[in-house]
Amino acid sequence: MLVSYNWLKNYVDLGDLTPEELAAKITKSGIEVESVEYVAEKSTDVVVGYVESCEQHPNADKLNLCQVDVGDQKLQIICGAPNIAEGQKVAVAKPGAILPGNFKIKKVKLRGVESNGMICSLKELGIEEKYVPTDLADGIFVFPEDATVGENVDERLNLNDAVLELDVLANRADALSMLGVAYEVGAILDQPVQLPEEAVTVIDEENVKSYISVEVEAADLNPYYGAFLIRNVEIKPSPLWMRNYLMAAGIRPINNVVDITNFVLLEYGQPLHAFDYDKFDSEKVLVRRATEGETIVTLDDQTRTLSEKNLVITNGKEPVALAGVMGGANTEVTAETKNVLLEAAYFDSSSVRGTVKQTGLRSESSTRYEKGVDPNRVKKAGSRACLLMEQFANGKVAAGVAEFDELDRSGKTVEMDINQINKRLGTEMKPDEVISILKRLKFEFEQNGTVFSVQAPTRRRDITIFEDMLEEVARMYGYDNLPFTLPQGASQAGALTQRQSLKRKVKNYIQGVGLMETLTYSLTNATDMKRLVSPEIREQAVAPVALAMPMSEEHKYLRLSILPELLRALAYNSARNHANLGYYELGSIFICDEEKVSKQPDEKLRVSGAITGKWLEHPWQQEKKDVDFYLVKGIVEGLIDHLDLNVSFRQAKIDDMHPGRCAVIEMNEQVVGFIGQLHPALAKEMDLKETYVFDVNLEEVFVAYEDIPSYTQIPKYPSIARDIAFILDENIHAGDVKDLIEEIGAPLVNQVGIFDVYQGANLEEGKKSVAYSLLYQHPDKTLKDDEVEESYQKIIEAVHEKFNAYVRS
Amino acid sequence: MREQLEAIQAEALERISQTEDMKELQDIKVTYLGKKGSLTGVLRGMGKLSKEERPVVGEIANKVRESITAALDEKNEKLEQLQLEEQLEAETIDVTLPGRPVKVGGAHLLSSIVQELEDLFIGMGYEVREGPEVETDFYNFEALNLPKNHPARDMQDTFYITNELLLRTHTSPVQARTMQEYKGEKPVKMICPGKVYRRDTDDATHSHQFTQIEGLYVDKNVRMSDLKGTLDTFAKKMFGEDREIRLRPSFFPFTEPSVEMDISCKVCNGEGCSVCKGTGWIEILGGGMVHPKVLEMGGYDPEVYSGFAFGMGPERIAMLKYGVNDIRQFYTNDIRFLKQYHKA
Repeated sequence: MLVSYNWLKNYVDLGDLTPEELAAKITKSGIEVESVEYVAEKSTDVVVGYVESCEQHPNADKLNLCQVDVGDQKLQIICGAPNIAEGQKVAVAKPGAILPGNFKIKKVKLRGVESNGMICSLKELGIEEKYVPTDLADGIFVFPEDATVGENVDERLNLNDAVLELDVLANRADALSMLGVAYEVGAILDQPVQLPEEAVTVIDEENVKSYISVEVEAADLNPYYGAFLIRNVEIKPSPLWMRNYLMAAGIRPINNVVDITNFVLLEYGQPLHAFDYDKFDSEKVLVRRATEGETIVTLDDQTRTLSEKNLVITNGKEPVALAGVMGGANTEVTAETKNVLLEAAYFDSSSVRGTVKQTGLRSESSTRYEKGVDPNRVKKAGSRACLLMEQFANGKVAAGVAEFDELDRSGKTVEMDINQINKRLGTEMKPDEVISILKRLKFEFEQNGTVFSVQAPTRRRDITIFEDMLEEVARMYGYDNLPFTLPQGASQAGALTQRQSLKRKVKNYIQGVGLMETLTYSLTNATDMKRLVSPEIREQAVAPVALAMPMSEEHKYLRLSILPELLRALAYNSARNHANLGYYELGSIFICDEEKVSKQPDEKLRVSGAITGKWLEHPWQQEKKDVDFYLVKGIVEGLIDHLDLNVSFRQAKIDDMHPGRCAVIEMNEQVVGFIGQLHPALAKEMDLKETYVFDVNLEEVFVAYEDIPSYTQIPKYPSIARDIAFILDENIHAGDVKDLIEEIGAPLVNQVGIFDVYQGANLEEGKKSVAYSLLYQHPDKTLKDDEVEESYQKIIEAVHEKFNAYVRS
Repeated sequence: MREQLEAIQAEALERISQTEDMKELQDIKVTYLGKKGSLTGVLRGMGKLSKEERPVVGEIANKVRESITAALDEKNEKLEQLQLEEQLEAETIDVTLPGRPVKVGGAHLLSSIVQELEDLFIGMGYEVREGPEVETDFYNFEALNLPKNHPARDMQDTFYITNELLLRTHTSPVQARTMQEYKGEKPVKMICPGKVYRRDTDDATHSHQFTQIEGLYVDKNVRMSDLKGTLDTFAKKMFGEDREIRLRPSFFPFTEPSVEMDISCKVCNGEGCSVCKGTGWIEILGGGMVHPKVLEMGGYDPEVYSGFAFGMGPERIAMLKYGVNDIRQFYTNDIRFLKQYHKA
């Protein structure tokens, strides 16, 4: 809502407050003022001048040579405007004047003739072009007769006005009108509100009812419809002050009748609509729901197809207006209009909102209806417009109003106990303070001891319960004046849950081993949605979870894997010469296990990572190594170890992964993720170097996690270490041999590690040597050499038997 | 013989003190104490001495041997010490070469802020609650006093999946779920951080996905002044002890009265500058006293219980506190951005 400071002064005394000071006060009391802007940049030395004579320039066809009286002197000015004429009062920038845009006026010679100043258009005086009335768009501005020669134009053209832009939230529909703002400012400044005149002075002997009747078929959507008739109007520009206020409020003046409906809309917050009575083609207004497929051409010349959800104003035959949204082109007020049928109606908010949503048409009227108008101001606004039409359109206002009226105009009564107020606010207000606040707000009330019974005015339809009044009292008391206290309730211990602590533990570990945390979008595109999905998830996810109305194809589906977006992040950096990266993200994926989404998808927590390029950027002592499978595997093994759990890795094939360098992670024989190399083809497509990824199902990991690990006795007896190297066929998995060693060696072999893998010279083609370290340990005794030796031999035999392996000597 | 021994001692000690060489020292040891050494030679002549003289000379001889040995040991230790020092000197390295690199990871700035806020509120006795990102219309809107067709629903453009399912537009549904879970039987004191989604076009100040943290405290006799005190504590811890807060009336469907909280601008100290648009204040969060309908729907009797709620955006906090000027930076994951803040 744009509020003109000068206009507002008509209703409430603003004292010495500057627009900025006023804005600060309004903001602090509850309606945020987003900006304060002046109608025009300040200009100097622009005065009203009288054009004494106007002749054609001796040397130029399109220029005129004018002699202009500006009060203290007479100036010869050359003017090119087409509408300049002798006898006009115009805006003159004298030599030395500065116009908006820091445009300095100097004496000049034009085609050999001296020009001492400039006759200005509204645009040249700083008014935004889009608000300049069309009839004034191509020429200089001409003042009405009563302008005084020599007076500064600022005040008369309202150029010194400031406009406050109020951010009116859904609850304060009342502040969408000048009167509503006046009440608000009046409450803040403790000033009375001066209401506008409404009574028409000359009552026409003709009654409106001889011209029009009103019938409403949808009283639920239109409980009040009032029709006024103003005859014999003279269509012309509205008075300058009204045009000024409209321009300040961001509305372009059209003609007096249209301007008056807009002016009253802004003043009262009540939309009005003027029909050309002679084009109405009927003596009856019928308000009804539209029929399916019915059409109307609206004022913007668009044909709109309607449905039963839309409320329309008809002349009994066809729609003439889309109720509360926009009028029809067929009954539009034009320069030829003589008789005006004026609508002042109350339309249901949800109906108007529905029509706005359906048509995409939003107007000053619809905005107000959508938020709800004051039932007690509908008819008054009609009367006010009638008075203005009488005054400024020379119309004759027919007696009475043709109306349909089932409108509930009652307001709410809210009870509030001052003790309750103090208890809820933490204040110690006295009844006098509350009385003073209610008076400032101009709310009527009855007091009974500490209890107040407040009659909420219908302009403030947001006030329905005690808490609403609590807010009114609090904001008038001043939020600044509330004390600072801390809750008195019994204190409880705040803490993270085990799951939350575990998330932090996982993050800390992964960051500790060198990966950078990222945050990517949960919404992805159709291709990425299917990519790099862990096998156990692919089994569960039946249908994609898609947005009904996505903003773009890029963000349409909820992700099933974090990896695709993570890879995009790598690619983004890689394209900027940062190709050595380790990224991870911990977040949810969304699984729908039905054919068609009907319930909330399962949100499952995962941690995924991707590494690419060189692991260490400048290791001057070591070899610069590319990331590899075993690095990513080590990270995952470390994570699992950090949580004191066990997993195994099984070679697997997964789409978009390198077929020979990929493994699923299994925990208790269930797949809980995967690791491996991104398929080189995909890496190439994304312009990435060799890239390795991991993806771990944290839900399963967290379930397996034991909060307090059980204590294991630290062995008191010495351990015995043995190393053993086997020569194996190169296709035998070292891990399988390790598993067998552990199986055969149990329970004496406590730990098995692989410390060397060798292939090459001194070994037969197709063979490799894998060296294992074994740690023997008995919990209750010192192991004897022969016990160890016996177990050691058994292991050698078993490995030989199963894998045809020999001990490397 | 005594003279002889004393002469040997004097000569040996002299030579030991003169030498600076390990090899020479070894030679000296052999020369005097070795099998063919001069002291040994003298002692061999002991047999010719009388019974009375023998122990006396023996004692002297032992003393001479001890003194030479001690001098040798001392010198040896000294020379070894010197040798070690020399050797270590030779091992001098270039300490300006970089250390063996260790890959350093780090947390995302938003995670750091969320964690800082979690810890701050845990310290004030709040628990941390989480909830689903795909929500029902009921928990996201209706349970928060936003029935279907409520005009304020326009304030939040929503990503719908079906008519009843949507991506949550705020973390408030977690509050509604928690109240229902606690069945109106005990106080609720919680914060809920998480991802939220709005149907916005991504630009410098809008993101279709962002994070939010909301807080809720419901108990008997919760006052609006408690909200003010709590937010003041938060603001001072988060933005510095010298920050002032200011509450302004506002509107949210789920609170009444509602507040908007500003903190005094750090750049200009409240004087007014371009960062605070000349007002001296910067908007940080919204909140208010929980609307009685929200309490009721959560199973709490508004006659008995009251409460406050507040909600803030970690992105906004990060932008103000660390000067980040484009919200998209949080989701682009540019390494140069992440590295700037990984220790934040």
